[in-house]
Amino acid sequence: MTEHTGVEIRLDHVTKRYPGQEAPAVDDVSMTLPAGRITVFVGPSGCGKTTTMKMINRLIEPTSGTITMGGEDVLSMDPDKLRRRIGYAIQQAGLFPHLTVAQNIGVVPGLLGWDKSRVADRVREMLDLVGLDDDFAGRFPRSLSGGQQQRVGVARALAADPPVLLMDEPFGAVDPITRGNLQDELLNLQSELGKTIVFVTHDFDEAVKLGDRIAVLGPRSRVLQYDTPEAILANPADDTVAGFVGAGASLKQLTLLRVRDVEVDRDSAVTASAVDSVADLRTRMTGRGAQWALVLDRRNRPSRWVHARDLAAATSLAAVGKPVGDSVSLKSTLQDALEAILTEGGNAVVTGSRGEYLGTIGLETVTAVIARLRDEHAEVES
Amino acid sequence: MTAAVRAKASRADRLRLVGQPVAVLLLVGGVLLWAATRDLDSIEKVNLAPPKIVRDTWDHLVISVVVTALVVVVAVPLGIAVTRRWARWAAPIVLGVATVGQAAPSVGVLVLFFLWTEWEGLWAAVLPIALYSLLPVLRNTVVGIRGVDPALVEAGRGIGMSAGAVLRRIELPLAVPLILAGLRTSLVLAVGTATLAAFVNGGGLGLLIDTGYKLNRSTVLITGAVLAVGLALLVDWLGALAERSLGPKGLR
Repeated sequence: MTEHTGVEIRLDHVTKRYPGQEAPAVDDVSMTLPAGRITVFVGPSGCGKTTTMKMINRLIEPTSGTITMGGEDVLSMDPDKLRRRIGYAIQQAGLFPHLTVAQNIGVVPGLLGWDKSRVADRVREMLDLVGLDDDFAGRFPRSLSGGQQQRVGVARALAADPPVLLMDEPFGAVDPITRGNLQDELLNLQSELGKTIVFVTHDFDEAVKLGDRIAVLGPRSRVLQYDTPEAILANPADDTVAGFVGAGASLKQLTLLRVRDVEVDRDSAVTASAVDSVADLRTRMTGRGAQWALVLDRRNRPSRWVHARDLAAATSLAAVGKPVGDSVSLKSTLQDALEAILTEGGNAVVTGSRGEYLGTIGLETVTAVIARLRDEHAEVES
Repeated sequence: MTAAVRAKASRADRLRLVGQPVAVLLLVGGVLLWAATRDLDSIEKVNLAPPKIVRDTWDHLVISVVVTALVVVVAVPLGIAVTRRWARWAAPIVLGVATVGQAAPSVGVLVLFFLWTEWEGLWAAVLPIALYSLLPVLRNTVVGIRGVDPALVEAGRGIGMSAGAVLRRIELPLAVPLILAGLRTSLVLAVGTATLAAFVNGGGLGLLIDTGYKLNRSTVLITGAVLAVGLALLVDWLGALAERSLGPKGLR
């Protein structure tokens, strides 16, 4: 069960104007960021998304408007005390090079006046949380890889257990494989911690992967669309958003849905046990007009596909036909299912948690899901 | 390639760290031995008597140490101040004054200061010499603090450090190597210029040089000059040691 420690953040008509500049950098932004969820600000470089985020911890002071965090007015708090309650992780981690990993992680607890032994315990706990062993505590940032530094950066941001975490393109400077791992780890952490996370990125795929909500921001941080990833993919608000979503929106959508979310066809295929008689199966196939049948093993797991013509010469079902290649589980994404459908050249086999046969999923199911999502989100819109 | 170059450089560094004090000892010891074994007249005997040499050297050291302390106390806070947002406009002015101080001939600064105040003794020497050797520490403090990655300063503020805490715990420690390098230069300048203190009755090894020159006693002159050089090299060596041991560990 996820216990939410996060709090709701509300931006109300927030504007940032720099002196001597005609146009405001952030123009009248209003948004409610739900408690315990990841909200991603995504938009092109220079659109003001980082400025908007930095107004939440007041690294940048808004010119007008109000910001509340868990109902408290952020702008009337002491900025240093406010920031100790908001985790802050930035690109390239921003670790202090003259401090050890442990000292870096212990900065905020130290500022909050925790005693030494409590800080030391917390540092160990945080290292464990981000998957680094204790040996790292005494090392200096320079001796760490980019991914390790980024993990320490996240550990530092979380050290004082703040309800809110601001992340400014934290995974922008690491290689794609490490970035994928860090994203997965962040999602795992979040399922445990339930913080309110504000995540800034210019990478829409990252936004889709991490965001519970995505705010697509345009110039002057104007909110072009603020919705769930599914809704934005299914129905971009305008051409700018559509352009930003980019090609392959339907494929991206499939990564958000799981096989368990769609109806699995429970009796599309004729099934037989390996010990059944060949003649019996042939009769059943002719009865249903089926070309293919699926042979299950003793524990009801799918093992082979059999074509009607294979049966002509067969004496037992144990070794005819071709083995089942790719199968998917209920937890697989629809993208995996589509991949399996394409490699199997027909329906993909769906299995349960112990590998038992549950049914099949076909191309028409996938296309129907995409069409349904489009319709649903179009209705919401109108 | 670069690692090899670095290794070579650090080997050269270590060699120098051991070689420098040995060379100073040999040089000073050799000159003192040479002076002691010469046939000296009464003026030379008075000036090269061991208690007199020790006192002059001691005075010289005191002048240098006071100058350095003054430089640190003035230049570091001043350097910090002109990197703060509220005083950034003053940086060119302050650096300009310090540059004039160093560019002016040190004898000139000393004499002008004397003519202006009519002071004599230690402080009459220390203040102009301090002005003369202020610039390296001041400039390096400014450059060192400005050189700290702004992202680190923002990260510090972003996780809840006050401006003062960021200065104390991030900016200053990261600027320490440059400040120390400036201090080392200032020290060597101060030891060299302290020979002029003799002109305003401030004592020091300048006395030996001045006496040797005016009375045409080259043994006295050479002894005074070599002792001053030895002292400068020794101070430079101490500075090198400090740079090695006081810089932030994570950057070494």
